[in-house]
Amino acid sequence: MEVLALQIFNGLSLGSILLLVSLGLAFAFGLMNVINMAHGEFIMIGAYMAFIFQQLFATALGGVDAGVWFLLAIPAAFLFAGALGALMEVTLIRHLYGRPLDTLLATWGVGLVLQQAARSIFGAPNVNVSSPAWLVGGFDMGSGMLLPYKRIFIIGLVVVAVIAIYLHLNRTASGRRLRAVMQNRQMASCLGVQSRRVDAMTFALGTGLAGVAGCALALIGPIGPSLGTFYIVDAFMVVVLGGVGRLPGTVLAALLIGLANTTLELGTTATVGKVLVLLLIIVFLQWKPAGLVSLQSRA
Amino acid sequence: MKIKKKTSFALLRRWGPVLLLAVIFLLAPQFVSEFRLSQLGKFLTFAIVAVGLDLVWGYGGMMSLGQGLFFGLGAYGFAMYLKLQSSGDKIPDFMFWSGLKSLPWFWAPFQNPVFAIVAALVIPALLAGVLGYFLFRSRVKGVYFSIITQAFTLLTSIWFVGQQAYTGGTNGITNLGSAKIFGYSLLSSQAQHGFYYLTVACLLGVYVLARWLTSSRFGRLLVAVRDDESRVRFLGYNPVVIKTLVFALSGMIAALAGILFVPQVGIISPSSMGVVPSIEMVVWVALGGRGTLMGGIVGALAVNYGKSFFSETYPDIWQTFLGLLFIGSVLFFPNGVLGALKSASAWLKKVLANWKARPAQTESQKQRTAKTLPEVVMPSLSQRVEGGS
Repeated sequence: MEVLALQIFNGLSLGSILLLVSLGLAFAFGLMNVINMAHGEFIMIGAYMAFIFQQLFATALGGVDAGVWFLLAIPAAFLFAGALGALMEVTLIRHLYGRPLDTLLATWGVGLVLQQAARSIFGAPNVNVSSPAWLVGGFDMGSGMLLPYKRIFIIGLVVVAVIAIYLHLNRTASGRRLRAVMQNRQMASCLGVQSRRVDAMTFALGTGLAGVAGCALALIGPIGPSLGTFYIVDAFMVVVLGGVGRLPGTVLAALLIGLANTTLELGTTATVGKVLVLLLIIVFLQWKPAGLVSLQSRA
Repeated sequence: MKIKKKTSFALLRRWGPVLLLAVIFLLAPQFVSEFRLSQLGKFLTFAIVAVGLDLVWGYGGMMSLGQGLFFGLGAYGFAMYLKLQSSGDKIPDFMFWSGLKSLPWFWAPFQNPVFAIVAALVIPALLAGVLGYFLFRSRVKGVYFSIITQAFTLLTSIWFVGQQAYTGGTNGITNLGSAKIFGYSLLSSQAQHGFYYLTVACLLGVYVLARWLTSSRFGRLLVAVRDDESRVRFLGYNPVVIKTLVFALSGMIAALAGILFVPQVGIISPSSMGVVPSIEMVVWVALGGRGTLMGGIVGALAVNYGKSFFSETYPDIWQTFLGLLFIGSVLFFPNGVLGALKSASAWLKKVLANWKARPAQTESQKQRTAKTLPEVVMPSLSQRVEGGS
């Protein structure tokens, strides 16, 4: 029973991390059919943002333990990564619409440049971000089961992010425009939606979410210039399994992959578990090629 | 007589560049140092991969991010033979370090060179075929195909790192120096030259095969599948078979390149078969020009020489340069260098044809019209403006 509960918690924890790194990707991919291979580098930028805030502001804001700097780093990472993403959309992605494979190559190039930039600025070795004191330790479930606060915090962060995105999509004017462009770009344009501006906004939102994910990843391990490359393929698998352009599909896929990964790892090794999960995904796509939840559109 | 002349010219245009390259490659050993020669040999194996990838991507429209995997599997297959041969009666050193007492059963047949080469060619081709069949059957295409092949590559390379005792882990299979090929030591210049010429021959063979295939009925079907798969299906063909065959073939070509890579470089490790090399392979083809076959060769050589130049001279900015190269080639040369040359020559031809077809007039006439034209137009315009106001 306890093993089961711990398994579910671990699965949820992994799933929430996967969800956080793939949410932004689902936006760019779903709305604009743009494969952003630099997504991992935006995660890396978010993680370094947490590092910068720790170095610059920790002492001014009540010390490392108080963690005010960390709470401030999250919105800062969102804004900075989002602004960079908007810049990238306007200068590069805009010229490549309708050529998804070319966006893959070009954004991979952007990723390389960003990695090298991080290496030049922060150095090649990994750096550590120390967690605020209130995230150290864990919640004791009794009988030796400890749920780390960091993991709980990340799950909470993901819940907040998903709710915020849901509200943005369904309760705001700009979210409505976004959905309109996603469902039928030409019709939306005819009705006066500036689809180009929506594209830039959406791309910025996606990269901003990657920045938030980076802050979360800074809590659970060392960060380095190639941090993003470890997550990018997993993030793509989540998007492909979930079905393109559907928030519920992405959530479901991330949780399923997280649970499947932790469960299969239990019986085998970490790598064999991952291979099995990938094979399961390929088998599943045989049955439902459009993913878990497919977008109904008349476009 | 005239027709014959024309066909011979077309033949020359078609095969001239490749003959020129072949002569350069075959004469290279006379002129360059051993180090540069083995570097060129390595790059030529990459060119082989690029031709195979161009077949599947440029003509078939499937951007495979799994070529590095097939390349690596081929390389591992032949490296296993070389490793066993250089270890003699003992088991390979990394197995001993990992605590294995005897040779694993699946290593044993690789003591036979023929089996090793056949397996190194057939296993990647089969893997590509099976993976391709299941993906194409469920109509996974475009970027989804790229992403899934990439995930497959990533997992296999992670798995190879994890199986320290059987694959050598992160270090891969190394220390092949004491292996012997036809009585020559692997490191001797005779063996190295032999492998170099073999690589040139294989590159030419693969190129001719791909040329023949793309100009055949199969090649036309392949392009048709790329451009409109549904229509090909409605015409009664099965696109799954066509795509699976060409994907398996490109996997085998990549594996062949891997087999030639190992003896010349002397090491194969997971870092040569992972996600990054696979994407670099795509870049060679994209930069050289997809759908041209020759573009892959040009791209592979150009990018790798650029890489070695920059990493020797300015190691820090190499990655930035590579990144900018990707962005620039996609933005400014969407059809690659050869594609840009092609469209430039087409443009030039058009301009020339227009110039030739212009109405015959003497030089003085042309000058007069050029002079009088503004004089005629301008007053009428100004008159109209005056009339209006």
